[in-house]
Amino acid sequence: MAQYQNIFTQVQVNMPPEPGVALPPGSWPRIGSPRLQYWFGKIGDAQVGPVYLGWLGLSSLICGFIAIEIIGLNMWASVNWDPIQFVRQLPWLALEPPSPEYGLSLPPLAEGGWWLMAGFFLTASIGLWWLRMYRRARALGMGTHVAWAFAAAIWLYLVLGFIRPVLMGNWGEAVPFGIFPHLDWTAAFSIRYGNLFYNPFHMLSIVFLYGATLLFAMHGATVLATGRYGGDREVEQIVDRGTASERMGLFWRWTMGFNANIESIHRWAWWFAVLCPLTGGIGILLTGTVVDNWYLWGVKHGIAPAYPLVFPEVPQDPGMLPGGPQ
Amino acid sequence: MRNWTTKPAGWLLTAAVLLATAGCEWPPQETEQVGYRGVAMELVTSPETIAGNAELHEVPAPQPPATTDGPKAGDVYQNVQVLGDLSVGEFTRLMLAITEWVSPEQGCNYCHVGENFADDSPYTKRVSRNMLKMNLDINGNWQDHVKQTGVTCYTCHRGKNVPGEIWFENPPRESAGGFTADNGYQNMAGMESVAYSSLPGDPFETFLDGYEQVRVIGESALPRKNDVGASIQATEYTYGLMMHMSTSLGVNCTYCHNSRAFSVWEQSTPMRLNSWYGVTMVRELNNEWLEPLQPVYPEKRLGPTGDAPKANCATCHRGVNKPLNGQSMLPDYPNLTP
Repeated sequence: MAQYQNIFTQVQVNMPPEPGVALPPGSWPRIGSPRLQYWFGKIGDAQVGPVYLGWLGLSSLICGFIAIEIIGLNMWASVNWDPIQFVRQLPWLALEPPSPEYGLSLPPLAEGGWWLMAGFFLTASIGLWWLRMYRRARALGMGTHVAWAFAAAIWLYLVLGFIRPVLMGNWGEAVPFGIFPHLDWTAAFSIRYGNLFYNPFHMLSIVFLYGATLLFAMHGATVLATGRYGGDREVEQIVDRGTASERMGLFWRWTMGFNANIESIHRWAWWFAVLCPLTGGIGILLTGTVVDNWYLWGVKHGIAPAYPLVFPEVPQDPGMLPGGPQ
Repeated sequence: MRNWTTKPAGWLLTAAVLLATAGCEWPPQETEQVGYRGVAMELVTSPETIAGNAELHEVPAPQPPATTDGPKAGDVYQNVQVLGDLSVGEFTRLMLAITEWVSPEQGCNYCHVGENFADDSPYTKRVSRNMLKMNLDINGNWQDHVKQTGVTCYTCHRGKNVPGEIWFENPPRESAGGFTADNGYQNMAGMESVAYSSLPGDPFETFLDGYEQVRVIGESALPRKNDVGASIQATEYTYGLMMHMSTSLGVNCTYCHNSRAFSVWEQSTPMRLNSWYGVTMVRELNNEWLEPLQPVYPEKRLGPTGDAPKANCATCHRGVNKPLNGQSMLPDYPNLTP
């Protein structure tokens, strides 16, 4: 006899695969015959496929493939086409944007031209994928919330790689493609502009980032905890509030006095998640364009406290000494 | 009995954890608060690393004292261009010490021709004469960095002909070239110079030989007109140099900086000033003393592009914030001070 345990999915429904609703005229046929996959059933729905590709999906994949080829082949070239070194050094390898001297002009391929091209195709791929998400949601008669949440992430991506570099007047301000290199870029960016922690929009972004994980944990835990009363049937609980929703609400009112309801909690989650990249993107956009040093900006506006000096001597800038080099 | 040790997944997980942490220092680490409470200015040290380093930083026993009386070395020996005003006794004592510090295996003949000590033909002799002058220059003119502790030949040499930590210019990177992206020495694995990060791996050429500006952080809250300030790429170069300083001295950022505002001098520790003079000093040592020796060296001492060996922070520091753990050798060898 199967046991119902709701931390890991223990019970799988085994039935003929669901083919999905009929598509509107002009649609491509779906690809692949649906089948049940036991291991997928361990973490989600056991049914795999069919997939709707369509021309948006196809062209998005092609553009994404081109972008990854440009990035990957340039990385491989940087280790002189050595396959072993490519694998060994992969986390360090990168495709860098052009030097600042090139401004917004088109640099030679070796000096950042490949970066521009990879960025173009990656942006095209992401844009086409966004349209695909929008169109697929419409085709199913759904709202377009997923597409707009994705758009928030695309906003941050565009600010980092396109909008802000254009405002700053050179592509060199943009992020390299690479695993460690983009992290080093992030640290260098914060250092160059005087510590992003004093950027209020960075603060907001962190609030929504951590807030989103907190809300996700609270919501997921609440639903799992009421699984035995049907709490996981959230949509039914929205229209016909049963004992599960009553207990959920009661629990949070007991523990913190207030509760979201089973519908509004999803709005909380959506807005927290979406506002994380939205506010983050604003913070990046303001950096270098209208604020050059966030710490000094924070001092000016009274958000960066002064601490007592604890060292016996207070160092002064030696570069200010007469004839002092920098 | 079936537990995690009998399952392949358990072994794989153990292997993965060991692999992922193979480059880490073993705990425990010690943390000392140096700044005002709450600002996280702490020095993190590993007792195991310090213990492992201890032998390298032991000071050799001083040579027996010599008399300061008697004729001057410059009057007795021929071709004495440096330290000729020492007594013969002091001069010989210092030569014995230098032999112990630099060529303990080869002895006097590493620099001298056996029959004629005045002969300048060994390149080693001409180099060491310049190094003596450099040593006097450092102790006389760079007390902003070396303080009263000063340096001797041993600070860098540690019993070796060539100091253990030197650097050369990099040859062009082995990449496909042509129209493929040129990364220079950025974005490659195994760059000890920048603590194995992907930062530009040649900060020495830029900052310790070249005079590139180290400062990159905006100096005013708002951008200034007609002054875009340093680029992110320039910042990454500076970051790379800081990684070198950090690993060379075995310290974290807050040894010198308050990390909330790296650029603000008033919030930095006094060590930052010392470090600033250090960068200034190494630049001068490389440009005024070490590079001009390039024609003197035989090929085996030159770098892959034919340049002379040069110094960086690690050349003296060797992993500790004070070389030789702060022990001064000058009281035993006052002649190395001008």
